[in-house]
Amino acid sequence: MSSSNNQDVYFIPEPSKWPVVGTIALTTSVIGAVNTIHSGELSLLLPVGLLLIAYLFFGWFGAVIKESMDNCYNEQVDRSFRIGMLWFIFSEVMFFAAFFGALFYARIIVMGWLGGSSNNAMTHELLWPAFDAVWPILTNPDNVKYVAPAEKMGAWGLPAINTAVLLASSVTVTIAHHALRAGHRKPLIMWLAITVALGIGFLFLQVEEYAHAYSEMGLTLDSGIYGSTFFILTGFHGFHVTMGTLMLFIMLVRAIKDHFTPEKHFAFEAVAWYWHFVDVVWLGLFIFVYWL
Amino acid sequence: MSAVIEAHDHHDHKPTGIGRWLFSTNHKDIGTMYLWFSFIMFFIGGAMALVIRAELFQPGLQFVEPEFFNQMTTLHGLIMVFGVIMPGFVGLANWMVPMMIGAPDMALPRMNNWSFWLLPGAFGILIASLVMSMMGMGSAPNFGWTFYAPLSTTYGPDSTDYFIFSVHMMGLSSIMGAINIIATIMNLRAPGMTYMKMPIFVWTWFITAYLLIAVMPVLAGVVTMMLTDRNFGTSFFDAAGGGDPVLFQHIFWFFGHPEVYIMILPAFGVISQIVPTFARKKIFGYSSMVYATASIAFLSFIVWAHHMFTTGMPVEAELFFMYATMLIAIPTGVKVFNWVSTMWRGSMTFETPMLFAIAFIFLFTIGGFTGLMMCITPADFQYHDTYFIVAHFHYVLATGAAFSIMAAVYFWLPKWTGNMYDETLGKIHFWLTTISANVLFFPMHFVGLAGMPRRIPDYSLQFAEFNQMASVGAFIFGFSQLIFLYVVIKCIRGGEKATEQVWEGADGLEWTLPSPPPFHSFTTPPQVK
Ligand code: HEM
Ligand SMILES: [Cu+2]
Repeated sequence: MSSSNNQDVYFIPEPSKWPVVGTIALTTSVIGAVNTIHSGELSLLLPVGLLLIAYLFFGWFGAVIKESMDNCYNEQVDRSFRIGMLWFIFSEVMFFAAFFGALFYARIIVMGWLGGSSNNAMTHELLWPAFDAVWPILTNPDNVKYVAPAEKMGAWGLPAINTAVLLASSVTVTIAHHALRAGHRKPLIMWLAITVALGIGFLFLQVEEYAHAYSEMGLTLDSGIYGSTFFILTGFHGFHVTMGTLMLFIMLVRAIKDHFTPEKHFAFEAVAWYWHFVDVVWLGLFIFVYWL
Repeated sequence: MSAVIEAHDHHDHKPTGIGRWLFSTNHKDIGTMYLWFSFIMFFIGGAMALVIRAELFQPGLQFVEPEFFNQMTTLHGLIMVFGVIMPGFVGLANWMVPMMIGAPDMALPRMNNWSFWLLPGAFGILIASLVMSMMGMGSAPNFGWTFYAPLSTTYGPDSTDYFIFSVHMMGLSSIMGAINIIATIMNLRAPGMTYMKMPIFVWTWFITAYLLIAVMPVLAGVVTMMLTDRNFGTSFFDAAGGGDPVLFQHIFWFFGHPEVYIMILPAFGVISQIVPTFARKKIFGYSSMVYATASIAFLSFIVWAHHMFTTGMPVEAELFFMYATMLIAIPTGVKVFNWVSTMWRGSMTFETPMLFAIAFIFLFTIGGFTGLMMCITPADFQYHDTYFIVAHFHYVLATGAAFSIMAAVYFWLPKWTGNMYDETLGKIHFWLTTISANVLFFPMHFVGLAGMPRRIPDYSLQFAEFNQMASVGAFIFGFSQLIFLYVVIKCIRGGEKATEQVWEGADGLEWTLPSPPPFHSFTTPPQVK
């Protein structure tokens, strides 16, 4: 295994089992998931599949880390990874865009129509006379099928604190990055640990908020479009924070094991990019889901 | 776990056995798998089309129950779009992009293999639901390839949830494939291969990859909303809870319209390689080709609601989407003009790839014209959901995208296998396919204009003759493809040896490599002047 940054040398990985493991893992998981939803016979496949996914992540990333530590990667590979990560994040942006689009469409267009605006007076009069077109919707068109929440989720309690927590974590991860670039290991580890702690803190508060929504406000997934958009958007965001925190934690472990050098630490940067992305999505959520 | 290929290290250590395919990190092997996958799906989806056409041979119900007919139209569409055209083009990209830009392989070879292997998983799940339905256990997806809510939410069969996850897997596959193509093109071009020197096929795939990354996640989003609406009580597509089924259509078509360009831009690329080769001239208007491709891609994001003219939109929106759609005809016209100008005064020969390419230009243009008819909002009120639109999209997809894949296979098969294909059989395949495709799809315009609705197993008596013509055409078209299969297998197994350049007029890095090319395409970057 030679190491070189020579432009004439290309790196091509040896045949690898991970892609096939990945396919088996995903196929197993989704069959298990459908069976779990429909109480089918194969619901056991879901945990099996999820374990396989965990195995996949550890195995595949483990292999890549090993290659990276063995200096197999030249600058070209590094650039490919960067391009890959950036466009992956863009695809995530578009995933969230779909749900934000649904939110805006529901708030701006559907609500008006159900409330009788433009040429929809009869829709309101005849179909949903009880519907009250104010966001957040506290009277659903059909309040029996979908029981509306009792009140709106305010912006300035937990959500505002959470905004501060996430913004702070973006700052701390940047400080950690600066420390890494300067070759200061101790501050790197410290600020990274603080970032992980902030991530966990965010998740903790989010769980708190969900519990409050479900038990006291009647704001649930099935309380109409307000609840649907609220939980889908914050839920997927929370899932991304979970993944991000996990990745940060792995970076912390790797920092402690002294895997990074001031010049070469793409894994760290990728996670930091991801973390900033999660942060920006939260700002969108805070403004359009909680505040306005 | 890894190997570094040194420059001048030319030994081909090919892995052998099944592991070569399962664990591959080789762009050619993965490309081959994509192409075979697409080919197999072509026959499966084609068999479904023949069931549809057999049922429609006569009015009344002959062979299948309406429920099963619905599953056939649904799966035929899904398989052709996601299982044939898209993997077919990804297979071509895998084979050709690294060779065209002077790279040893794709930028992220392991991810490349994962992108491929997700497909058998996804389609295995989808097709399993059909097999289950044929064994009397529930129904396969039956709501059309566009899976509109509430057909797919409130009224969808249980298998819909399998369908949803299989779409997730296809999306993952496409996104990773697209990221890989972008990384390869941005990062692995040989020295001197500037962006504006790249072959048009590489350009079109570059832009297609951006479209994929932008819209596949939106598709994933919309099926996720379906999943939660169906199972977890959300009300995105249910007006009773403040949602709206029309929202489904907006999100779906925000994906769906760029998706149709995902299926045609690489085709434009293929044609732009083939026409100059057999006209023995440089492509006319290279940079205008690039800009036209980019503008088509941009416009494709702002026209989606031309699929929804009859759904109920404010009149301002109807007009906006009408005019925006018309705009697309301009860059598309630029392309057709350039291909024709490339042929103008060329010294042309008509080998099978060129025949398919010329047929593409004619027939795709017919599809473009019917598209223009349908994008006129008030006219579309008449055309919408009739066989006229079935005719439109088969002209652009079957005689467009699929023809271009066939053209590409004939064009590059000698490079891939090292053997020339059987030209006589190729020509027979071409003429049978082209004539039967027109017998099959042209009459659909007439029945459509006369009001025959799509996706219905029965029809009024006055439509009978045209439907019989279409069905006859369909069976000839379907069985002609066996010739194609035979030509491909025959070529793989032997034949006249191909030279490096293969075609007299061929130009580009891929034609400087031996036929077949070495396992790792370029191990030293070639210098491009
Ligand atoms: C000049 C370019 C084009 C224009 C103006 C155009 C316009 C349209 C319009 C207005 C419709 C909706 C018809 C209706 O539902 O009433 C439509 C449907 C469709 N078009 Fe095109 N089109 C164009 C090119 C293409 C291309 C290049 C493709 C694919 C390669 C394509 C594939 C489709 C498909 C698949 C549908 C039907 C979707 C369905 O199942 O409802 N079109 N087109
Ligand atoms: Cu369209």
